[in-house]
Amino acid sequence: MSKTNEVLVGPIVKNNPIALQILGICSALAVTSNLKTALVMGIAVSLVTAFSNLFISAIRNHIPGNIRIIVQMTIIASLVIVVDQILKAFAYEISKQLSVFVGLIITNCIVMGRAEAFAMKNPPGISFLDGIGNGLGYSLVLMFVGTIRELFGSGSLFGIEILPLVNNGGWYQGNGLLLLPPSAFFIIGMFIWIIRSWKPEQVEKPEYTLASNTKGAEH
Amino acid sequence: MSSNNDTIGKTLTVTILLCVICSVVVSAAAVMLKPKQVANKDLDRKSNILAAAGIADPSKSVDEMFKQITTRYVDLDSGKFVEEPAANYDAAKAAKDPQFGEKLDRGVDIASIKYQAKVMPVYLVESSDGAIEKVILPVHGYGLWSTLYGFLALEGDLNTVVGLGFYSHAETPGLGGEVDNPLWKALWPGKKVYADNTSDPEIHLVKGGVDPSTPNAEYKVDALSGATLTSNGVTHLIQFWMGKNGYAPFLNNLRAGEA
Repeated sequence: MSKTNEVLVGPIVKNNPIALQILGICSALAVTSNLKTALVMGIAVSLVTAFSNLFISAIRNHIPGNIRIIVQMTIIASLVIVVDQILKAFAYEISKQLSVFVGLIITNCIVMGRAEAFAMKNPPGISFLDGIGNGLGYSLVLMFVGTIRELFGSGSLFGIEILPLVNNGGWYQGNGLLLLPPSAFFIIGMFIWIIRSWKPEQVEKPEYTLASNTKGAEH
Repeated sequence: MSSNNDTIGKTLTVTILLCVICSVVVSAAAVMLKPKQVANKDLDRKSNILAAAGIADPSKSVDEMFKQITTRYVDLDSGKFVEEPAANYDAAKAAKDPQFGEKLDRGVDIASIKYQAKVMPVYLVESSDGAIEKVILPVHGYGLWSTLYGFLALEGDLNTVVGLGFYSHAETPGLGGEVDNPLWKALWPGKKVYADNTSDPEIHLVKGGVDPSTPNAEYKVDALSGATLTSNGVTHLIQFWMGKNGYAPFLNNLRAGEA
């Protein structure tokens, strides 16, 4: 039970794929300008990670070592296409907004990273949970970034107006930077800062220390 | 992992099995969901047409409302109605097909669309006695970052704007992206495209707001603040599509009752 718990809850804060493993940043920049797309993207990535972990783990004892990356990619790519097709059929509006980023789940390092690091060495059940856990960790960061960007960028949450914009006759001047992808860098950076202040053991040891300045104090 | 996984036989078996299974799954998903996706796309297009014409009613289904709209096809050169050139004709795809489209010369291509279909769909709202109440024309052109696709709806006089709406673009959110802002779109209804008895479009976007008391205010629409290039793009695409390479010959024929 403790293992299940660790695998499922661990990636949410303790071993967060974005904040600690620094994986999957690119899509986190692209789809977080509003909460709805962030949520759908989070769900899609969680499902793909979970099922790719499940299938890869199920056949892990039969995957030839020299083509294992290709085998993983094939399974991941197939799952992503299925997710893309399902979104187009049942959530057309959202799939239009997510556009290429659904397809780009294939290149999301979290999926491949968990397949290689976890599913290749563990039984299917626990691998599935690991996928869900990492998906949740990814979704959490996406929701955090999405909340800030949508609230202060367009004055709404899930499309419901919270701060009436000047453009719509209200008083709030939306922050345009937050609607553009680079703003997510700042927010993710702050998120990592907050987590590491709370859990200092996540801070990496410096790879080298600066030598003290021997030329100082000459004058 | 056992070491015999790395034999050529095993590698080939795993590869082939995996490929077959994955392709079956992917094709099954694509084939089974296709009808639903096509229906979605169609629904999306229809609701955009209804929104541009200002007759969208959330309480009714899109298909029900779309019954009042007739889809016709127009040859842009002659300005006459023609039959649908091919089953499931898609003007965006047809533009690049040498059979249905043509490359535009730099000089005339003010909307920067490069290729134009020879036949475009138009959507008509007709009253019960056959008179045209509204004409909805698909338009597109390049803004700052992206091609804007939308519909321009005209009144039965074929000159007064009913509405303009874009359904697909990737302009800067908060600046050029404000083409979607309902307050900006509300500036369009009542504007006129052509000055009296001309077929060169007069309508354009101007900076600094439009005072209704100034002369020719009916041909001017306030530009988007902070988005000069998107605003220019909108002016260009409207002028292109309403001009002689666009729908002007068709609208002239329609006015004369000869389309």
